[in-house]
Amino acid sequence: MDNTATPVLQQNQRPMSPHLGIYKWQLTMTLSILHRATGVALSVGTILLAWLLIALAAGADSYRTIHMFCISPVGLFLLAGWTWSLFFHLCNGIRHLVWDIGWGFEIPRAYATGWTVVVASFVLTILVWVLALQGGAA
Amino acid sequence: MSTGGGIPKHADLQTPLKRVRGWGSSKSGTHHFVVQRITAVALIPLVIWFVWFVLALSHADYASARQMLHNPVQALLMIVFVATTFWHAQLGLQVVIEDYVHATWLEITSQLLVKFLCIIGAVASILAVVKVMLA
Repeated sequence: MDNTATPVLQQNQRPMSPHLGIYKWQLTMTLSILHRATGVALSVGTILLAWLLIALAAGADSYRTIHMFCISPVGLFLLAGWTWSLFFHLCNGIRHLVWDIGWGFEIPRAYATGWTVVVASFVLTILVWVLALQGGAA
Repeated sequence: MSTGGGIPKHADLQTPLKRVRGWGSSKSGTHHFVVQRITAVALIPLVIWFVWFVLALSHADYASARQMLHNPVQALLMIVFVATTFWHAQLGLQVVIEDYVHATWLEITSQLLVKFLCIIGAVASILAVVKVMLA
């Protein structure tokens, strides 16, 4: 059938693709959304990275300012969020790259790798914070 | 063999500009996908290094923090990390904007803004690293 000949009226009555709200919650879709959300969050985090490097170059006073921000309650909260976002995006990114070479599309594998990513992201986050807080430095 | 019906490919009368304005691929559709993956692969070892670096930084005072980036190898890794990160961030944000921002003027404005900010952020960070390294 020739698609270009489809009348406009008929096109408008084609079934719509169902949107998010109609689906039951699934791990795989949650991780997909979180991959985007953490990616956006980490993009915002690059501001802190640039600030850190510029402060390091600018002098001790500038460095003290960013240090005070990082150990403030808001700073610690953001750093914890960015730590988890970084590890989640890293682990789930590897999962995506493995999909790109064609491995792991079977539903049970997609779930197994998905839960592995969730557990690994939290374990690595806790590990880094334990190491960071050791020795009383902050 | 065509599955799309009776019109052969060479009968496409659209100019390249027309095709681009229809948001078609204009023959470079995989470039973004490929570069996003190349930067992703590069970022796996770089992020592991970066986490180690920030952990060391968390135990360092100002002088020893500067000393770390005074080392050319660390400075090199930081520059590569920063450049790859801002590049990867720009590619990702571009797709997010394409997907969710539908008003044309707002989409073009935010796309330009993200690209400009990523370049400024990357260059500013690299200049800072070079300054500390050479100090």
